[in-house]
Amino acid sequence: MIMPLTGPLLSVEDLVVEHRTPGRPVVRAVAGAGLQVAAGEVVGLVGESGCGKSTLARALCGLHGAASGRILVGGHPVTPLGLRRRNPALTGVQMVFQDPYSSLNPRRRVGAQIADGLRTAGDTATSPADVLERVGLPRAFAGRYPHEFSGGQRQRIAIARALAARPSLLIGDEPISALDASAQAQVARLMRDLAMESGAGLLFISHDLSVVRLIADRIAVMYLGKVVETGPTAEVWADPRHPYTRALLAAIPSPDGAGVLPAELPGDVPDPADPPAGCRFHPRCPLAMDVCREREPDFGPVACWLHEPEPSSLS
Amino acid sequence: MTAEPRAAALTIEGLRVSIGGHDVLHGVDLAVEAGRVHGLAGESGSGKTMTGLAVLGLLPHGSRASGRIAFGGRDLLGMPARVLDEVRGAKIAMVFQDPATSLHPMLTVERQLTEHMRHHLGVGGREARDRAAGLLAKVRIPGPREALKRYPHQFSGGMRQRIAIAVALACDPEVLIADEPTTALDVTVQAGILRLLRGLCDDLGLAVLLVTHDLGVMSAVADEVSVMKDGLVVETGPRGRVLREPRHPYTRSLLDALPVPPAGENSP
Repeated sequence: MIMPLTGPLLSVEDLVVEHRTPGRPVVRAVAGAGLQVAAGEVVGLVGESGCGKSTLARALCGLHGAASGRILVGGHPVTPLGLRRRNPALTGVQMVFQDPYSSLNPRRRVGAQIADGLRTAGDTATSPADVLERVGLPRAFAGRYPHEFSGGQRQRIAIARALAARPSLLIGDEPISALDASAQAQVARLMRDLAMESGAGLLFISHDLSVVRLIADRIAVMYLGKVVETGPTAEVWADPRHPYTRALLAAIPSPDGAGVLPAELPGDVPDPADPPAGCRFHPRCPLAMDVCREREPDFGPVACWLHEPEPSSLS
Repeated sequence: MTAEPRAAALTIEGLRVSIGGHDVLHGVDLAVEAGRVHGLAGESGSGKTMTGLAVLGLLPHGSRASGRIAFGGRDLLGMPARVLDEVRGAKIAMVFQDPATSLHPMLTVERQLTEHMRHHLGVGGREARDRAAGLLAKVRIPGPREALKRYPHQFSGGMRQRIAIAVALACDPEVLIADEPTTALDVTVQAGILRLLRGLCDDLGLAVLLVTHDLGVMSAVADEVSVMKDGLVVETGPRGRVLREPRHPYTRSLLDALPVPPAGENSP
């Protein structure tokens, strides 16, 4: 495993990813996002559907080229996946996809698919059955095909495949949203435990805030292609500062039996092909001021004019 | 189950369902009242969805159902399919979990909203279109007239679920069965759909059977809560009582398993 000596394991700066469709305007799915993940850290990336979470994840492992900006993994810039042999430093980025029904090859035995990962890492000592054991499945499953398993088991197999490649950075792109409620928390915890055990970083993307709260050390909130707030999970949860984060947390219904309807965030996510001027959240923001309509807040950790850093702390 | 204070719109008594000789429901009793939301909770595999499907006669092939599903003084279980067709889609409607698959991708919204309306109510094309636009306005789709000409893929997930609810409401049903209607949606969108369901129930006097595994959702909109386990209803009661002072150990274990403590300290 390649470990960076200094700095974070993953560093994303001003990343822009565009989707181009002939005859349609260019969609900036990720519009200047910044993000950092340290080794041994779990970062939860949350946001509504269509905010660019998945596109960001795909760009991180080279499935989608970046229009501008930088992605560094252990100091190496991430290049788009090609047919040639990949830089071994980049094979440390492994992804677990959303839908285990389509991410596993239905015509190959589970063991053979996990062996691909082992070969990537140059690991000849471990057998696929060993990896299956680590994700909590019986060793004998290696000889079976994906259709013989339930959704939760398949996702464990997908995790085993990613794990076999000895990842330094594990990315989970909504890895639990296709699973039953009872399997969700289990699989999320498993991903955290395995990443911690191997000292890898974990970027966990989900729209389910309660699960992210459970497993993430830090949380990053994304809105319309930008990261609008980052911070330690407990801090963000106890004191969300960006109005969007507040709205997200207020929308979670609490199971207290009081019959309180959760607060609704009016409006829809704007079209990323035509983002509003100024702050991207201002058309839906209850606290929008004049400056929000004109200038975009491009600072962190809270990208909101209400939480502008003091000029002294910037210099 | 104890006697109902109100007239129940839909009563399920001793419903047993077996699929391929394997019992999935072992005698389910439920009563859904007009103007009330009845929540049905439980883990996956506990038979929540099967109960909903049995009401509409949508059980998978090779399954056998017995017991009684009373609606409007008639037993839906013993009905021949042709008679049942007059009820389902018209008097009892259903909203499914995933609006991306429950709507037809190649038909316009208008077609999906008016087809069963014209069949069940026998209204003309122009009137059906007016009603469809009215329904879309009721579920708060912006620009309902223009929306009629569009296809499902042109809408976001939340908007699609609103359209699916409009489709279900097209024939003025008395009972709406919503099977995990917000599970595939974001929390912010979920809040809107829950408010919509609650509003429809209050304004139109709909009886809603809300199937969900999310006790937070349950707590937000349901009046009555039933908890299912292994094909049986283990506990039924008013929302506040079941969620705060559960009597059955299984309900307690469900509440204890929640990632967020039910103290409600997550409000900012």
